[in-house]
Amino acid sequence: MSHHDDDLHGLLAEYETPSALVAACKKVRDAGYAKWDTYTPFPVHGIEKAMGIRMTGLPWIVLAAALVGLASAVGLQWWTNAVDYKFISSGKPMWSIPANVPVYFELTVLFSAFAALFGMLILNNLPEPSHPLDHLQAFGRVTDDRFFLYIEKGDAKFDLAETQRLLDGTHPVTVDAVNEDRRTSDQLPKPLVLAAAVIAVVALVPFAFIAKARATKTDKPKIHAMGDMDWQIKFQAQQPNPLFSNGMAMRAPEPGTVAMDEHPDDEHLTAGKVDGQFVRTFPASVTIDDATMARGRDRYQVFCAPCHGVSGNGDGPVAQRAMTLAEGTWVPPTALGQDYLRQMPVGQLYDVVNNGVRNMPGYGSQIPVDERWAVVLYLRALQKAKAAPVGELTDAERAALK
Amino acid sequence: MAMAQSPFDLAPQGENAFARITHNVARVAEVPKPPRGWYIAFGIALSLLSVFGVSIGWLFWQGIGIFGNMNPVFWAMPIVNFVFWVGIGHAGTLISAILYLLRQNWRTAINRFAEAMTIFAVICAGIFPGLHVGRPWLPYWMFPLPNQMSMWPQFRSPLEWDVFAVGTYFTVSTLFWYMGMIPDFGTFRDRSTTKLRKAIYGALAMGWRGPSRQWHRYERAYLILAALATPLVLSVHSVVSFDFATAQLPGWHATIFPPYFVAGAIFGGFAMVVTLAVPARQFFGLKRIITVGHLELMAKIILATGMMVGYAYSMEFFIAWYGGNDYEMFTFFNRALGPYAWSYWCMIFCNVVSPQVFWSKKMRTNPWVILGVGVLVNIGMWFERFVIVITSLSRDFLPSSWGYYKPTFWDFSLLAGSFGLFFTLFLLFCRYLPMVAMAEVKAFHPSAHGHGDEHH
Repeated sequence: MSHHDDDLHGLLAEYETPSALVAACKKVRDAGYAKWDTYTPFPVHGIEKAMGIRMTGLPWIVLAAALVGLASAVGLQWWTNAVDYKFISSGKPMWSIPANVPVYFELTVLFSAFAALFGMLILNNLPEPSHPLDHLQAFGRVTDDRFFLYIEKGDAKFDLAETQRLLDGTHPVTVDAVNEDRRTSDQLPKPLVLAAAVIAVVALVPFAFIAKARATKTDKPKIHAMGDMDWQIKFQAQQPNPLFSNGMAMRAPEPGTVAMDEHPDDEHLTAGKVDGQFVRTFPASVTIDDATMARGRDRYQVFCAPCHGVSGNGDGPVAQRAMTLAEGTWVPPTALGQDYLRQMPVGQLYDVVNNGVRNMPGYGSQIPVDERWAVVLYLRALQKAKAAPVGELTDAERAALK
Repeated sequence: MAMAQSPFDLAPQGENAFARITHNVARVAEVPKPPRGWYIAFGIALSLLSVFGVSIGWLFWQGIGIFGNMNPVFWAMPIVNFVFWVGIGHAGTLISAILYLLRQNWRTAINRFAEAMTIFAVICAGIFPGLHVGRPWLPYWMFPLPNQMSMWPQFRSPLEWDVFAVGTYFTVSTLFWYMGMIPDFGTFRDRSTTKLRKAIYGALAMGWRGPSRQWHRYERAYLILAALATPLVLSVHSVVSFDFATAQLPGWHATIFPPYFVAGAIFGGFAMVVTLAVPARQFFGLKRIITVGHLELMAKIILATGMMVGYAYSMEFFIAWYGGNDYEMFTFFNRALGPYAWSYWCMIFCNVVSPQVFWSKKMRTNPWVILGVGVLVNIGMWFERFVIVITSLSRDFLPSSWGYYKPTFWDFSLLAGSFGLFFTLFLLFCRYLPMVAMAEVKAFHPSAHGHGDEHH
């Protein structure tokens, strides 16, 4: 073998089996070489020791990444849910460890995995597009079934004759001189650079559009990606509709529908007032007869009796239950037979039924206006029954009381 | 057979065991034409994939009204399909990571394509949540992206944990898979006969030439990734089970869910591995690498995990009774005897009864029996998710709000279409990527010992 010294890059020995390679490694290691390596199709176990490879620092890189991942997960969840955009969900605290553990775990693993792969590639100097060994035909079998040992000329102990003798003594298949790679350019291929540049420029275009959209105003309506959600097939208020005889999409209310302000002009009827004063008479439209009284009794027993009691003594089942529980916040319902209520104008009683008073809610939205007056009528009858003067009773009743 | 001249029927060439392994695996990607079965399967897969495309297009155009989802079954087949595919995606990483840590060297024959299967299944799974949100232009709301509304995801919700768990799982599985393939890409590059193949596989191999100093760091990284992926694989289906377990619904609100879901995922995942492995080793002449012995070991795992799943089913009934909650008791009574009893008993037959044939050595060493059970278990595991989601939702607390859910044509076409996507990706993988981890198989070959006998 004759070589120009300038061209030589190193010496390569080829072996058939992993055990032959491991035996050779020990000799090269003991000879004190530093810039050498072995090339194998699979990780040969025990070769680290034979070559004197020290434990890699990769686990520390991964540990650091894991801590960064954990910190990111804590920071992300704390900042977004406890600081920047607070809102209560299911009564859970804004910030608590248990609800946030799954994301801590996932991001810790994610960051660690990236560090493990990319840390390995960086420590291994990968990607490595070319190497002087690539030009040796025999070296193609390194990823198949052959085992190689390579000593670089750059090693301080390298001496062509000496090193050759050392390698020959390890029973290799062959020992080859490997030349410097002067054929492969150290520049990236021109088409590749050009393509990368074009892709980089094109990739910026969407961002340019976004930037433009954020910086400009328009009077055009927004873009509707899925039109059928924004423009649904239905008739809306005030639109024409040929299906109906009056040609309108809106329909008239059903007969009997109660509007809140059905008699806007009749203040006596709807508010129980005339000129701001509560009235002492029933409105003209309310007929005072047995039918109205019966309706009033019926409505009273549905809406009033639960609290005020069937006889109006303020002892309805709700009140009794509240007294039993004795919770301290209960305001007992008024007994309806009291004198001040007997003196109260019917308009004011109507107003209480309509709008409520103190703890009592208004029933205006649940009882039609005529029936509110019927309830007042029945109330008056109840009051009268409770404090009737003896002169108003029939003889039979007077007899019964004795 | 008519295909006797197929290159896959010829004995592998090479002067030693390592060369024969290389040849056996690499020829799958190197022969000018794959076997006829591959074309047939690919044709079917592409047809189903186009069904998927059409269904998604119609869904986006028309809205989620095309689903059968109704009141009270608001979560229906999209969630069933999501959980089904995520479950399938568990066997790959389990084989790669957990069996690696347990020094189960037989895994080397099947880990690569189990990993591929995992990734493709997670891709299928990931599509369904995106589809069922109903606003296909808004799924980015799931991610913590800064926006002018200052609107962030809600990290106290298990659905948000899902985004992180499934996203991390997909990413880590892909990294693990790619890293495992780097040395094999190097083999493909060195065997390339055309410039194009050399360029593509060369780029993927990133200049891997197998120096021992690199192998040392590579193995360390692989060990770390395996150690990371092991708890990850257990966490992912646990988090998926939280979607149900943290709800108050009878039949969902159970502490057994995380382990039960993980066991079911491993069970379903292994069933899918054997479903793919049996035809693949047949078509591509890999019977010497994926041996009947490997299939038998997987059948044993299917039997074991099937029993765990069966245990979970019976324990759910026991706890429903032991817990003394009327609604819980009704839910399980309703599962077994209610309007969806057919799906419940279908699940029991496929998941609990069918794997019992593996008690017989004759059955668990017959690839076609294994394939049959694998297919049944896949069906059973789909029904398991159907039973959990549909029976619980359709009859909960108030009888006045009960209903009967019926899937529509589009529900089924999306499920069928997702199989199209899965098989298309898988068949492309078989044809163009190293289907078996050659370097790992060689490393565990008897002749690979660095200080053993001179020759094999």
